[in-house]
Amino acid sequence: MRVLAAMSGGVDSAVAAARLVEAGHEVTGVHLALSRNPELFRSGSRGCCSIADANDARRAADVLGIPFYVWDFSERFADDVVADFVSEYAAGRTPNPCLRCNEKIKFAAVLERGVALGFERVATGHYARLDRTDDQVSLYRAAEPAKDQSYVLGVLTAEQLAHCEFPLGEVVSKLELRVEAAERGLLVADKPDSYDICFIPTGDTGGFLDDRLGRRSGDIVDVDGEVLGAHQGYYRYTVGQRHGLHLSVPAADGRPRYVVGLDPVSNTVTVGAKQQLAVRTISAIRPTWTEAAVGGSWRGLVQVRAHAEAVPATFTAVADRLEIELDAPMFGVSPGQAAVHYDGDRVVGAATIAATGT
Amino acid sequence: MTTSINVSRSYVDHAASSPMSASVIAVIAETLAGYGNPSALHGSGRGARRIVEEARESLAACLGAQPGEVVFTSGGTEANNLALLGAADADAPVVISAIEHPSVAEIGRLRDRVAVAGVDANGRLDLDDFARLVDGAAIASVMWVNNETGVIQDVPAIVERTHAGGALAHSDGVQAFGHLPIDFAATGLDLLSLSAHKLGGPVGVGALVVRRGTRLRASGFGGGQEAKLRSGTVPVALVAGFAAAAQAAVDVLAAEAERLEALRARVAALTAVIDGAVDNSAEEHSPAIINLTFPGTRADDVLLLLDAAGIDASTGSACTAGMHQPSEVLLAMGRSRAEAGASLRFSFGATTTSADVDRLVAVLPGAVQTARRAVAT
Repeated sequence: MRVLAAMSGGVDSAVAAARLVEAGHEVTGVHLALSRNPELFRSGSRGCCSIADANDARRAADVLGIPFYVWDFSERFADDVVADFVSEYAAGRTPNPCLRCNEKIKFAAVLERGVALGFERVATGHYARLDRTDDQVSLYRAAEPAKDQSYVLGVLTAEQLAHCEFPLGEVVSKLELRVEAAERGLLVADKPDSYDICFIPTGDTGGFLDDRLGRRSGDIVDVDGEVLGAHQGYYRYTVGQRHGLHLSVPAADGRPRYVVGLDPVSNTVTVGAKQQLAVRTISAIRPTWTEAAVGGSWRGLVQVRAHAEAVPATFTAVADRLEIELDAPMFGVSPGQAAVHYDGDRVVGAATIAATGT
Repeated sequence: MTTSINVSRSYVDHAASSPMSASVIAVIAETLAGYGNPSALHGSGRGARRIVEEARESLAACLGAQPGEVVFTSGGTEANNLALLGAADADAPVVISAIEHPSVAEIGRLRDRVAVAGVDANGRLDLDDFARLVDGAAIASVMWVNNETGVIQDVPAIVERTHAGGALAHSDGVQAFGHLPIDFAATGLDLLSLSAHKLGGPVGVGALVVRRGTRLRASGFGGGQEAKLRSGTVPVALVAGFAAAAQAAVDVLAAEAERLEALRARVAALTAVIDGAVDNSAEEHSPAIINLTFPGTRADDVLLLLDAAGIDASTGSACTAGMHQPSEVLLAMGRSRAEAGASLRFSFGATTTSADVDRLVAVLPGAVQTARRAVAT
C-alpha cells in the first residue's frame, strides 16, 4: 500500500512511520510546515512546527530510508486554524485548535493532496484504533486510556477515516514506545512530548490574544450584575475556571467562585457558585459522523474536553443539531469545545457545543 | 544503510552534483594514500606539492589559463565569495545580475552599494541596463550559464561593457566548465569561478581563476597558501580528482555537447505533449540543462511523483526548511510566483543515457496530470 506518513518530528509519528515500513508498505514521509515564520514558532523539544522539528522528522525518514517532503500549509493553517482560534475566543468561546487542525488540515487538505497524488492512506502518530471491515471503518479509543487521542479525531468523517491509518492504537505506554524508537535507531526516542498550542511558542495564550484582539479590561460581575472585580480581557477566561480571578469582594457564603459566563458584547466575565456551572443539557451544532449519520434518539457517552471523562447521556438528532441530555449534571462545559460522543469505546461523532442548559 | 546513486534510478540532477567516474575515483584513491603537506619543504611535502601543481597545470590547460592564475578553493561558493569580497572596493558599487547564485546574490545583499541588472523574459542580461550600472563600479558579476535555466550569457559583450565602465569582470562559470568550451585568456574575464563536482569531480574543491595582475584581497586569513588568496592546506587528493575530471570532460566536450543536446531536445519536445508546458531556456542554453514550467502544478508534487517512479530531478532553486521557494531566477525573468513554483530543472551529464531520458519522457506527462489534480483538490 502507498502510505503518506505525517511526521511532526516527534517520537510518535516516527514510530508510526517505522511500523508501516516494517509492515512492507511503500511509505513516504511528509512534514507539514504550518508557520509562515518558522523561527517564530516554538523550537526544539517543545513543538511541532519549527525548522528543528522538520529536521528531526527528516532524520527519522532518513533512518527509515523513505522519501521525505515538507509541505507548506502555512496559509491554510493561518486561515483555518489560527484565525478561527482568535475569532472563537473573541466570540466568548473556547476553541480546540488541535481538533480544528485535524478537521481542516491534516485529514482534509493533506489527505486530499495525498490521495490525489496516489497515496491510499495517510498515517499519523495519534493514539486511536481503527477497525476495518469490508465496507466500514470504525474509530475506537486507544488501548491505553491515558494516551487516548480519539477525542481530537472525533470530527473525522467516514470518508476521511477510510483513508486513515493509526499504527499506535495498541501501544500501552509511552515508555514502551520510546524503547521501540530507540531500538529502531530513531534519534527522537528521548524527545520530550509537546503539550502547548504549537502556534503560541511562549505558552502565553492570553498575551497572544491580547496582541490580536487588543487588550480591553472590563468588569467581573456576579449573576445579579454586581461588580466584584476587573478582568484584563474576557477571552483570558474559560467557563469553569476558578483560579486567577483576583476578586476584591469575597463571596457572601465564603465558597469558591467560578467563571460561569463570558459576554463579549458587554465585555463582562460572570462568576458564580459551583452549582451555577451545573449543566444538564447541551445543544451542539455542526454534527459530524464517523460512520453513517445516526437519527432519532439513542443512549451513549459524551466527552466535552480533551481530557474529560466521558459521561452517559441521551442524544437526539434534531435537524442540524444534536441535543444532549446528561444523566447527571456536569460542571465547566465551554461553548466552542467539541462534544465527542461514543458508543462504549467506539467514536460515533462530534458536534460543537453552542449552548448549555440546566 | 548506504545510499549512493543507484543504477536502477534515472539521475537527471547533474547540475546539483554530477557523479564521479571510476577513473576519477581511482585518481583520488591513489592520491589519498600519499601524505605530506604540500607546503612542507621535505620530500613527502614535495611529493604532495608535485601532485597539486600538476593538477593546477592540467586544469589551466583545460581552461586556456596560466597555471599561476588558478587558485584552489573549497568550491564554487568560496570562489564566488573570494571574487566579490576580494575585489570590492568599499566606495565603488558592485554590479550583479538578477539571476545570480546565492553565493553571489547574498553578498550583494550585504553591501550598501550593490546594483542589480535585470534580465529579459529569456533570462538574458539587459546589456543596456548593465552598461549604465557598471560605469564606475568595482566589480561586475554575471553567471556564464545559469544554474537553474541553463541560459548562456553573452560573456564577451558583458566583459567589454564591464571594462568600459572601469570594473573588474567576474563570472560564475560553475555550470559552464565541462559543458562549454572555455578559453579564459580569450574571454577577457578577470575572475572566473569553478567547481569540481558539477563536472564529475569530487565535492569540496573548486577554483577561482584570477587573471595575472588582478588586484584581489584575501577574505579568509591563515597561512597564506594559494598566492596568499586562500589560506588553508590544499586538499591534494581533491585537486587531483578535480583536474582528472576536468580533463575527461574537456577531452570529449564537443561530442558530449552534441549528445546531451539531442537528449535535451527530447525533453524540450514535451512542451508539445504536455498542455501549457513552457521551456524556460529556449534561447541560447547549455546542452546539459533544461527548465520547464508546468502551469497548474506544484513542483514539489511533480518531484514526489518522479521520485516514486525512480527519477531524481529538482527545481534547481533554493530550499528553505526543506521547502522549495519559488525560483528567484524565474521571478526575475518575469514569471509569476505560481509559474515559478511550478517549474522543474532537468540536468544531464556524462552518465546520462538515452534510457534515462526514455523514462523521463514516459513518466513526466502522467506525473504532471496527477500533480494538476492534486492542486485542484
